[in-house]
Amino acid sequence: MMKALEIKNLKKTYKNGFEALKGINLNVQKGDFFALLGPNGAGKSTIIGIICSLINKSSGHILIQGHNLENAQRAAKAQLGIVPQEFNFNVFEPVEEILVNQAGYYGINRPEAFKRAQAHLKQLGLWDKRREMARDLSGGMKRRLMIARALMHKPSILILDEPTAGVDIEIRRSMWQLLQEINEQGTTIILTTHYLEEAEQLCKNIAIINQGRIIKNCTMSELLSESDSECIILNLDSELKKTPQFTDYSSNLVDAKTLEIEIKKHKNINDLFKQLTEKQINVLSMRNKSNRLEQLFLHLVEDKAIIKAEREN
Amino acid sequence: MYLRDNLIAYKSIVIKEILRFSRIWLQTLIPPAITMGLYFIIFGQLIGSQLNSINGYSYMDYIVPGLIIMSIISNSYSNVVSSFYGTKFHHHIEELLVSPIANITVIAGYVSGGVARGLIVGVIVTIVSLFFTHINIDSYLTTFLIAVLTAILFSLAGLINAIFANSFDDISIVPTFVLTPLTYLGGVFYSIEMLPEFWRSISLFNPVLYMVNGFRMGMLGVSDASLNHAIIIIIGFILLLGTICLWLLNKGIGIKK
Repeated sequence: MMKALEIKNLKKTYKNGFEALKGINLNVQKGDFFALLGPNGAGKSTIIGIICSLINKSSGHILIQGHNLENAQRAAKAQLGIVPQEFNFNVFEPVEEILVNQAGYYGINRPEAFKRAQAHLKQLGLWDKRREMARDLSGGMKRRLMIARALMHKPSILILDEPTAGVDIEIRRSMWQLLQEINEQGTTIILTTHYLEEAEQLCKNIAIINQGRIIKNCTMSELLSESDSECIILNLDSELKKTPQFTDYSSNLVDAKTLEIEIKKHKNINDLFKQLTEKQINVLSMRNKSNRLEQLFLHLVEDKAIIKAEREN
Repeated sequence: MYLRDNLIAYKSIVIKEILRFSRIWLQTLIPPAITMGLYFIIFGQLIGSQLNSINGYSYMDYIVPGLIIMSIISNSYSNVVSSFYGTKFHHHIEELLVSPIANITVIAGYVSGGVARGLIVGVIVTIVSLFFTHINIDSYLTTFLIAVLTAILFSLAGLINAIFANSFDDISIVPTFVLTPLTYLGGVFYSIEMLPEFWRSISLFNPVLYMVNGFRMGMLGVSDASLNHAIIIIIGFILLLGTICLWLLNKGIGIKK
């Protein structure tokens, strides 16, 4: 299968001596929905910055749809659509103008650009706002505007750097749906996010970067299968005075009506409910304590200080 | 295909730039008209009426070309420096950096925006001057040529300033401490023939003198410097600053990490 993105031995050392990337090798297949995860300062934004030509690399090679970013920069750049983490459009320009200008930078003439802008603004629920200044949009609308802008030249690779940061759950879900549709139409998507649930739900393949190195690169299912156990929280209908003991399951009474159970890999959850019934413990509801990917992520990056910073964010 | 795409990209930048300064016309187009109107009243009418003619022209007539070219210089410069620095400050320069647009197209687009504003302001100031004097243009071609070349030159200078600027203070330092003194000492308000020999010789090293006098040659047919020298000097500086701009953008200096 053709590679959409090929990164070979990419290194970056900033002027202050900080070695952000220590030889990154990474391949993303065409049509993939790829997650690039890592704690703050791991090097994700540096990789994206170099791919997008916003940061100069120290060494290494990047091929985008087979075009070398160094020797065939124009062809390589034309394949990329970028949705950055920070809002980077002119907030003093009307919404429609931002899209039309962006299309112009890719050689799309204005009549065609207006047509595409109309389609994307309608698709992303921004049509009514097309004449408004971008500064007057809400945070969620600004995020959608950046997605619309990135799609104007029909890129074959769409890179999204925390696209759903700060948006409410409703918009987030609608953005997930949109991204899945875009991916189904053949666009390769590379996503960085701090919402690991988002990566788990959307992405087929994953790379985890920490301290400038790729520490894991596999399919999402392979990674999730590495999980040894899963922790669930049960909400009970009556109070318990002490922690009940279960065969093959470890338990912890969080409070009188909340029970935490650790289920080992390959263990049948039916057995647990059978034992609960035998002990006359009625469960009102059940939820995961934390996302499986989140548990693996924390395990992989290990650095407690970084984990703490990640949680604080 | 490459040329066609870049022409479309160029057009996009020019339209964006013209719309930008048109949207804020109260900040960009009206102030020069008011400032120059005050110059015409104070220097041209009140003080000028007490002065002798220069090279056969009344003082008012003599300073009109200088004030027009001065407004072209300051507006073409400030348009590009503020617009390009704004794109850096608000990070929407990234729109250009991620796109396949050639750096020379970016330069041409921003410079054209600066030229457009410089010339529009030049026309506005010319219209204002008609309230105070009657203008007979000696050579439309020379007048237009010098106006366009001067606007190109100072747009490029504004772009270099913006590339190096790290704060809004940085974009006002050059206009305040370099551009304004050079312009005021460039023969806008006087003929260098009126200066002592030493200062006249020093004035000849001021490039703005050639622009002011080239433009005056076009409008009035009189000048302190040769028109050919003026054109050669302006084009020479355009080539120099244009090359510097292209080199800076190609290296990513001031715009990339």
